[in-house]
Amino acid sequence: MTDASMPTPETGRHSVSLTAPDARTRKRAQAEKRFRAYGIIAIATGLFFLVVLFTSILSEGIPAFKRTVVSVEFILTQQDREEAESELFKTKAYSNLFVTALKTELDERGLNVDINEDAIERLLGKVGGTIRTFYSENPDKLGQPVRFDLAASSRVDGYYKGRVTREAMQDSRFLQKSDLDLVDAMEKAGIIKQAFNWPFITGADSGVDNPGGAGIGASVVGSFFMMLVVLALSLPIGVAASIYLEEFAPQNRFTDLIEVNISNLAAVPSIVFGILGLAVFIQFMHLPQSAPLVGGLVLTLMTLPTIIISTRASLKAVPPSIRDAALGVGASKMQAVFHHVLPLAAPGILTGTIIGLAQALGETAPLLLIGMVGFVARGYPDGFVAGFTEANSAMPAQIYTWASRADVAFYEKAWGGIIILLMFLLTMNIIAIILRRRFERRW
Amino acid sequence: MNDMTRVERQVDTNKIKLECRDCQVHYGETHAIKDVNVDIEDKTVTAFIGPSGCGKSTFLRCLNRMNDTIDIARVKGSFKLDGEDIYDKRVDPVQLRAKVGMVFQKPNPFPKSIYDNVAYGPRIHGLAKNKADLDDIVEKSLRRGAIWDEVKDRLDAPGTGLSGGQQQRLCIARAVATEPEVLLMDEPCSALDPIATAQVEELIDELREQYSVVIVTHSMQQAARVSQKTAFFHLGSLVEFGETGQIFTNPVDPRTESYITGRIG
Ligand SMILES: Nc1ncnc2c1ncn2[C@@H]1O[C@H](COP(=O)(O)OP(=O)(O)OP(=O)(O)O)[C@@H](O)[C@H]1O
Ligand SMILES: [Mg+2]
Repeated sequence: MTDASMPTPETGRHSVSLTAPDARTRKRAQAEKRFRAYGIIAIATGLFFLVVLFTSILSEGIPAFKRTVVSVEFILTQQDREEAESELFKTKAYSNLFVTALKTELDERGLNVDINEDAIERLLGKVGGTIRTFYSENPDKLGQPVRFDLAASSRVDGYYKGRVTREAMQDSRFLQKSDLDLVDAMEKAGIIKQAFNWPFITGADSGVDNPGGAGIGASVVGSFFMMLVVLALSLPIGVAASIYLEEFAPQNRFTDLIEVNISNLAAVPSIVFGILGLAVFIQFMHLPQSAPLVGGLVLTLMTLPTIIISTRASLKAVPPSIRDAALGVGASKMQAVFHHVLPLAAPGILTGTIIGLAQALGETAPLLLIGMVGFVARGYPDGFVAGFTEANSAMPAQIYTWASRADVAFYEKAWGGIIILLMFLLTMNIIAIILRRRFERRW
Repeated sequence: MNDMTRVERQVDTNKIKLECRDCQVHYGETHAIKDVNVDIEDKTVTAFIGPSGCGKSTFLRCLNRMNDTIDIARVKGSFKLDGEDIYDKRVDPVQLRAKVGMVFQKPNPFPKSIYDNVAYGPRIHGLAKNKADLDDIVEKSLRRGAIWDEVKDRLDAPGTGLSGGQQQRLCIARAVATEPEVLLMDEPCSALDPIATAQVEELIDELREQYSVVIVTHSMQQAARVSQKTAFFHLGSLVEFGETGQIFTNPVDPRTESYITGRIG
């Protein structure tokens, strides 16, 4: 040992006891402590924002899952029906019958309020029409007690959720102060109540003046068909392209160029893909406007670079010695890739794909450009094929449409829509984690 | 160097299996192999010795075209297996590698079960007619790799879960399972204990009866024990190639002598 830099006893390094750390060691320990503190602060900040985000989403969005219904038991006899049908204003006749029934029910409980048909129409919409349709569809229910759960108008709903107050409101054709007396009376009688808002989950978008009837179901279906297109196209194309580029393609100028372009594509703003889709798929190829098929194609373009980049990264991460091992026993390149490399890269590919799909699921801008705006989602497609070609919207576009509407009742719907969207994203992530585990267990 | 006296030297009689002429390998700008001429004989063990980084692995990888997988590697020269140029355009390296098997310097078992590791080669080459046949091949290969007793109860366990030395023997078993005519072994015993080393050397001796074996080793004793021919590489050139006995007892080149006596390397 002639090494001059060997610590000599004079420097004190060896004379210090192990239990008393020297200055350098102390300094290093302090630096490490500081770094840990930074890390904890960073995580705490992140968690704080997450909590704020979730509480605001939940507090704003939960009310969208509740609706106010007026539940009245009602008996209509054959005779009543015939009388009503013989009148000139048939629905008015039915609604008179309803008012009478409501009145008796309130009277029975000793609650005396004025009920007029206009007030009922403001509170519950066109009740007569609803009842008439019900009995013409279910004539066998005539003469039997039937319980009608009628959705209250969004103003009444707002009165319940605190959006509308007696003090702040002004009489309008939507709601008058006197109507609220009736509402209060019905509440006392237990006729009006809050119920889970199934129509919000299963329904389609409604008109601008009917926020109460708006549901996200149709656009969930639109998103679903779009995701089918994205998955069916981007996964095979993306994985095949990555495998070719990573394992087979020669390294030359041309493949370098492709590589640079793929990385650039990943950074292109989504709205650019939207206008590209509009120009190519709709104006040039004349595919149906607002169709999930077109939306899926546009989102495929957007998702491909993500999938290619993550697939290539996970292929690169497979140790080259595995390829050598396979080639060494006489496997062809393709066998080496498909028998040995791909299974090892599968968890990474899966994660990349699901991240890409999640991005696509939350994308709004390109959909607006190809006409998949919220109000298009007025009903469910009739059948599987129609699901791709019939005009529909998608969840984020629907949310955007609601958020931009004037009626504040839609604002609540937008938040509720976001909760549904987040639930889908969460489910996808959980699936990704489960699949990863499943694959990784095969070491 | 007393070991070598034990080996009976029967050379001269064998025909040439692999004939290498004017071999050059470049890694980009690096000239890794310079003008190497070697004849690998049939039914013979040839040892490659030389200091670290002198190009033993590189040259070995030329013999089954594994350098094809390295983009920057360029191989020149003529390599003839049984008189056929292995770098001919018509040669499919896949077929070549079935004939010329390889054990790599770093153990690289597949992340699959021990059984599948060994069975993979026979499967893709269709060497087994049925499951029982395959089982036989696997058992025989693992026995030859001197690892059967250790793994016979856990053939379903992952090959990557074995110890380093066990992995290396598994790789040897995997390489012999395809019955190659030439077996290239890159430091097969560097991670093995003396007992396993002795077993592998026994295997090499046994393989020599039918095949030719090329072994890279840093152990002079091992080269002397198992090989009939020895090639000494230095800085990418073949310094001396000849019968093992002659190389170790009476080297021509002074560099060979310094290396085997431990003065360079
Ligand atoms: N993949 C590669 N890319 C670039 N250079 C390489 C590569 N592989 C080897 N080399 C170079 O080629 C030369 C020979 O390497 P090689 O691996 O053949 O040495 P070796 O004799 O097997 O050494 P060791 O005994 O340490 O295994 C070295 O200088 C090394 O730097
Ligand atoms: Mg080497």
